[in-house]
Amino acid sequence: MTAKKQLTIAVSGLNNIDSPGPGIPVIRALKESTLFDVRIIGLSYEALEPGLYMHNLVDKSYQVPFPSAGTDALIERISYIHQCENISVIIPNFDAELSNFMKLENRLLAEFGIKMFLPTQDQFDERHKSNLFEFGLKHGIKVPYSKMIFSTAEIPALLNEFSFPIVVKGKYYEAYIAYNIEQIHSYFNKLTSKWGLPIIIQQYVFGSEVNVTAIGDGNGNAIGAVPMRKLYITDKGKAWAGISLDDDKLVQIANKLIASSKWRGGMELEFIKTAENDYYLLEINPRFPAWVYLAKGCGQNHPEALVRMALGETVEPFKNYEVGKMFVRYSYDLIVDLKEFEQISTLGELS
Amino acid sequence: MEKLRYERPVVKKLNTGMMNKFGTRTEYNPVTHIDGVSVKELIGQYGSPLFVISERTIRQTYQDCKRAFTNRYPRVQMAWSYKTNYINAVCNVFHQEGSWAEVVSGFEYNKALQNGVPGNKIIFNGPDKTDNDLKLAIDHNSLIHIDHLDELYRLMEITKEVNKRPRVAIRVNMDTGVYPMWDRFGFNYETGQAWDAINKIILNDQMDLVGLHCHIGTFMLTANAYAIAASKLADLAYHIHAKFNKKITYIDLGGGFASKNTLRGSYLQGNVSSPSFDDYAEAICSALLNAEYSKQELPLLILETGRALIDDAGSLCGTVLANKRLSDGRRATIMDFGVNILFTSFWYEHKLSPAQEFSHYTEDGVVYGPLCMNIDVIRENITLPPMKKGDNVVVHSVGAYNMTQWMQFIAMRPNVVMIDMDSKVHLIRNKETLEYINNIEEMPAYLKEFTLS
Amino acid sequence: MKIKKNIAISESGFIFNPTTGDSFSTNPIGFEIIHLLKEDKNKEEIKQTILSRYAVDESTFEKDFYDFSTLLQNSQIAEE
Repeated sequence: MTAKKQLTIAVSGLNNIDSPGPGIPVIRALKESTLFDVRIIGLSYEALEPGLYMHNLVDKSYQVPFPSAGTDALIERISYIHQCENISVIIPNFDAELSNFMKLENRLLAEFGIKMFLPTQDQFDERHKSNLFEFGLKHGIKVPYSKMIFSTAEIPALLNEFSFPIVVKGKYYEAYIAYNIEQIHSYFNKLTSKWGLPIIIQQYVFGSEVNVTAIGDGNGNAIGAVPMRKLYITDKGKAWAGISLDDDKLVQIANKLIASSKWRGGMELEFIKTAENDYYLLEINPRFPAWVYLAKGCGQNHPEALVRMALGETVEPFKNYEVGKMFVRYSYDLIVDLKEFEQISTLGELS
Repeated sequence: MEKLRYERPVVKKLNTGMMNKFGTRTEYNPVTHIDGVSVKELIGQYGSPLFVISERTIRQTYQDCKRAFTNRYPRVQMAWSYKTNYINAVCNVFHQEGSWAEVVSGFEYNKALQNGVPGNKIIFNGPDKTDNDLKLAIDHNSLIHIDHLDELYRLMEITKEVNKRPRVAIRVNMDTGVYPMWDRFGFNYETGQAWDAINKIILNDQMDLVGLHCHIGTFMLTANAYAIAASKLADLAYHIHAKFNKKITYIDLGGGFASKNTLRGSYLQGNVSSPSFDDYAEAICSALLNAEYSKQELPLLILETGRALIDDAGSLCGTVLANKRLSDGRRATIMDFGVNILFTSFWYEHKLSPAQEFSHYTEDGVVYGPLCMNIDVIRENITLPPMKKGDNVVVHSVGAYNMTQWMQFIAMRPNVVMIDMDSKVHLIRNKETLEYINNIEEMPAYLKEFTLS
Repeated sequence: MKIKKNIAISESGFIFNPTTGDSFSTNPIGFEIIHLLKEDKNKEEIKQTILSRYAVDESTFEKDFYDFSTLLQNSQIAEE
């Protein structure tokens, strides 16, 4: 048996809270890789991200500047971290930080030899909530009718095109279901103050939500795709438990979407399956979902495949996955010494 | 023993959900020099506040932009948008680089003429052109861009009076998929207004329709809208040729390219979300090259880019007047410049750098201007290192619109200097004086005297 | 003004208030002032120490000290 290859991988999204980021699940999948022996560097934005204190998974952590600080601040910080840690691969897991990392992808490779496997700027823009309707038309995927609005003055006219309930979505995160005009107004204000303009208005489609975690090689090949239905949802709308599905049609749609868009990297597809067995694409998240560890549990280690592709290897598509595997989320109270909080708060580093 | 550098003591609550110091530590670097000239010395010599223009940045940015287009399309002409910054020295840097002039009033038109721009290289835009302006423009063989039907009819009458054939274009507005649609300027494409105007001009046969103009909006964050505009204009030009056998020699796509500033209310910094010159050029040039032209008859592409060419070249140096603590605990810093001279702070989150060394400790706060007016806010939320009275700051990317939209309100406008390619400083606009303001006022005789008891 | 008895402050400028559970950070000069306060130095003594060590004039420091004291009290690190 050959020894596993040693790699240092930096991962963000350590916010393993009640509405978890994908960082810790990605790290678990990587730690269980049969090919790599990984040292994990956590990249955190806040001193209370639980992943910081999970020392069995995260070997060392560094604070990084908020995405709004821009690319210069980010590359300066990465440069410092790289000097200390010699990073091979970075896996960013927040939507809001992806723009910065995509802008820096070439520089990180050229200046530090750090590899990533991210969607292209065009793919990232095209799947944007505000462009998703056109994305669907272009790639032959059904998407609920939607439009962007920039001002509350546009709200009254919406009723010419939409009927209640109506989904009101923020540019980056969050969505609310409105049943009357007043609710649209209040959600508009709530979402713009947080995420800016535009706001996306979408026709609500009745049915059950099914999701796919998938990964594309950038040449049109879907390397893996595992469909899942949420079994129980928290009051924040996040999955509490879910189960992998035997749904060929859904996997075919995912494959078609990846083939047509030549998607590069990990992604989550959110669909509504109607009573007529139609699938409506609601959202494309340009990174792994927090439940990506289920794919590993079903026999498809997507994070490992992503690292291999980042390193330039050719990866054969996964052929199957186990159906009927469940994930059940639980919370766990870590006991943390104040010293550790002090370290990350004042030094910006924690080992 | 030499004393230690002093910094105001601060204490800051950790993890209140906002950025902590590691989120901000690298966001700020002191900016002690602009193009090699010390900010302190600039302020010492020319006073505070002070606008500083970098000639080096203007030329570099202009050349980057020009190259992005000429690499993709053979015939490109830039026209300097006077309203963006019409300080003569600034205009002449652009003219030296080869820019024509793009003006929107008789005042700007005469400014361009006096700067030495030949009349046939002035583009006259905008809805407000007086009879005298039009006559002057016809006389100098300038390119008159017609904005509305009233102007078109008036121009026909004047043409008869002066018995000359002006060179004209019409401004076209259209749906390019962006919001808000600028349909208040020019003739609409989708409703047929544009064709109506074109028919009138050509059938009337008193002027030469040589170009088509379009300006889709401002601070456009999507390059694709330009591709739509370019292909619609190219299509229009093609059909004019097919119908009247008349060649449209240029297509003017106006301005509207975003600068690297961050718009208020947007989450990402402008330098991440704004398209580059290459992005705009790719969209526009490929749309034109894909249109139905043979290689020989490609129209001249005119660009009136203003903001994206001058914004980064302008800085505003200022001084901290005072610090205070607001009732909610936030720090308020009062600067000696306000919205009167930094008009763009109404729509940008201007980046601000201290002009002296500081440690990595920061405080959340507000930055106010000096005006006795509640709206005088430069930054509503900003994390800055502690600064004391008399410290200097540099506000970045203020070259566009501030030196034309500034107000003589409460205080007078400050000096403007330009740092040349050799880092030599030139005063290019004197600060205003009481005499300058009083000179244009008149006092009725009966108001001259009064007594106060 | 006194720093509350149970306030813990470490060399890195990290301050912990065990009564409220809040933590804070301060810059080196803030750290120094808090230490002087802990040693029961009065305002005048603190001023003299800082003026002798740092390049600052009296009125600037008085303003800043007033502001800093208010912050410490608002943050429940110090009390009258």
